[in-house]
Amino acid sequence: MKRSGKKYKKTKRLSMDKIIVAAKHLKKRFGEIIAVDDISFEVFAGERFGILGPNGAGKTSTIRMIYGFSPMTAGQLEVFGLDISRNHRAIKKRIGVCQQENSLDPDLSVIENLQVFARYFNITGKAARQRIKELLKFMAIEHRQTSRAVDLSGGMMRRLVLARALLNQPDLLILDEPTTGLDPQSRHQVWERLEELKAKGITILLTTHYMEEASRLCDRLIIMDKGKILVEGKPLELIRRYTGHNIIEVINPDDALRRYIQSRQVRHELIGRRLTIYGQDNDLLYHEISDNYCHSDCSIRPATLEDVFLRLTGRELRE
Amino acid sequence: MNCASFNVTRRFWRVWQRNFSVYRQNWKVSFLLPMLEPLFYLLAFGVGLSVLVGKIHCHGIEVSYVKFIAPALLSINIMNNAFFENTYASFVRMYYQKTFDAMMATPLTLEEIITAEIVWSATKSAIATTLMLIVISSFGLIHYPHGLFIIPLSFLGGIAFGSLGMFFTGIVPRIELFNLPIFLFITPMLLFSGTFFPMENLPQWAQIAAVFLPLTHLVNLARAFSFGIIDAGALWGFGYLLIFCLVFFPLAIRKMHKRLIK
Repeated sequence: MKRSGKKYKKTKRLSMDKIIVAAKHLKKRFGEIIAVDDISFEVFAGERFGILGPNGAGKTSTIRMIYGFSPMTAGQLEVFGLDISRNHRAIKKRIGVCQQENSLDPDLSVIENLQVFARYFNITGKAARQRIKELLKFMAIEHRQTSRAVDLSGGMMRRLVLARALLNQPDLLILDEPTTGLDPQSRHQVWERLEELKAKGITILLTTHYMEEASRLCDRLIIMDKGKILVEGKPLELIRRYTGHNIIEVINPDDALRRYIQSRQVRHELIGRRLTIYGQDNDLLYHEISDNYCHSDCSIRPATLEDVFLRLTGRELRE
Repeated sequence: MNCASFNVTRRFWRVWQRNFSVYRQNWKVSFLLPMLEPLFYLLAFGVGLSVLVGKIHCHGIEVSYVKFIAPALLSINIMNNAFFENTYASFVRMYYQKTFDAMMATPLTLEEIITAEIVWSATKSAIATTLMLIVISSFGLIHYPHGLFIIPLSFLGGIAFGSLGMFFTGIVPRIELFNLPIFLFITPMLLFSGTFFPMENLPQWAQIAAVFLPLTHLVNLARAFSFGIIDAGALWGFGYLLIFCLVFFPLAIRKMHKRLIK
């Protein structure tokens, strides 16, 4: 597996090529259900690595094993070069976790939430106050520091959870669906914070089912389905490899157009009333179609990760 | 992560501190309850009932009914504080607030979290008992300095009933089902452990059954201390409570492990 080609800022503790997470033949079984089915991947220092997949793909099960929450059924898993089954306390001191649920203390204020959590890492006194002040500022929640956590908006709660995950200055930040349920403004604010963290050289491992989020945040990603890894690569590479540059979409294609598409032998899908045509250079084809066949809805747009995702994981509903 | 290992370091105090921080938020309410509750009971039983009951023979001496039930009220308070803290309150933290989930993503182990939960509930029992003791003592119902032994006793009793509560938290599917252990264990203990009438009034079989209930021993000890009696009989009570802790504390951790580590 090759390291992605971007230049990383050097950090004091981690060298550039260091492997932060190494999973080999990782497996997780809950009774009869195999949640994670023999997957292998590596996350490098300074990288933002994404795990994508529909609901029930095994994303959360995978990262829960990485942060020592749930024991693996089989395989090997090393974090910071340490075996997770024997060194989970040493590993957990160096990671920050942002779980799917906010899990804040509703009765405590914003600042108390952070104080209580800092103590779990044995960060107390002046060091804790200093760090909390920095993080409140970084997450733009200083003006609400005395509010009770339960009175915060969804976006602010999320930022507080993120601040909490950064208290111990982690070498690896694990985010499980960091922006699920947030409004667009809050989501963009979280993204901006994560981009700043990336600039500081922190390694980020995140799961998401928002493709826009993955394209924006991930240097490299895997797409999982039914416990297995379907593909691995950089977002743009994957788009080129699986869908091409642009996508032509036609609503209610007539028979003539269908025949024409068949004759041209281009990669396409007909789902319901929508015809989707994939291709590397579709401009000419688009003019052809829009001039001769298209009577109403017909459009061309750049391909996105979502197209890759749907092609690979299918369109049937999950759960 | 191994089920057999008991991985607890001093870090467990951090979880205790968390609960204390939350407790401090509403300390006024938390303080008011144990101070007012005994007043209500003493008023109802002392003024209302003691006229009908008269004197009671107990621990070889003759005491007023109010003096008889005062240590029982303290013991019930110890039981309730610890049991309810480690059932309803712990369940809310575990299931609704996901507090344990968040903690387990830090260097804390599950064993540390559960140990701290139980030690916390014993602490809460001891705080409530101390407050209640002050109120009851102001009526001259407790013999000192022997009565001071009730404070460490409340901590031990807190560990015992806290572990029992945590054990049920580890096995109940839904929060509503705590009604079952309360109906089957807590309420019978409250009534038949020599609390409001001497055990000798019960039929023989019921007396034997009562010997197996932890509250019986807690009431016995609290009563002896409040009367100013410290004898070898106290060792039996302490021994029982200690063994109860040694059984239910590891059992509680095991059940919580089974419930949470998946």
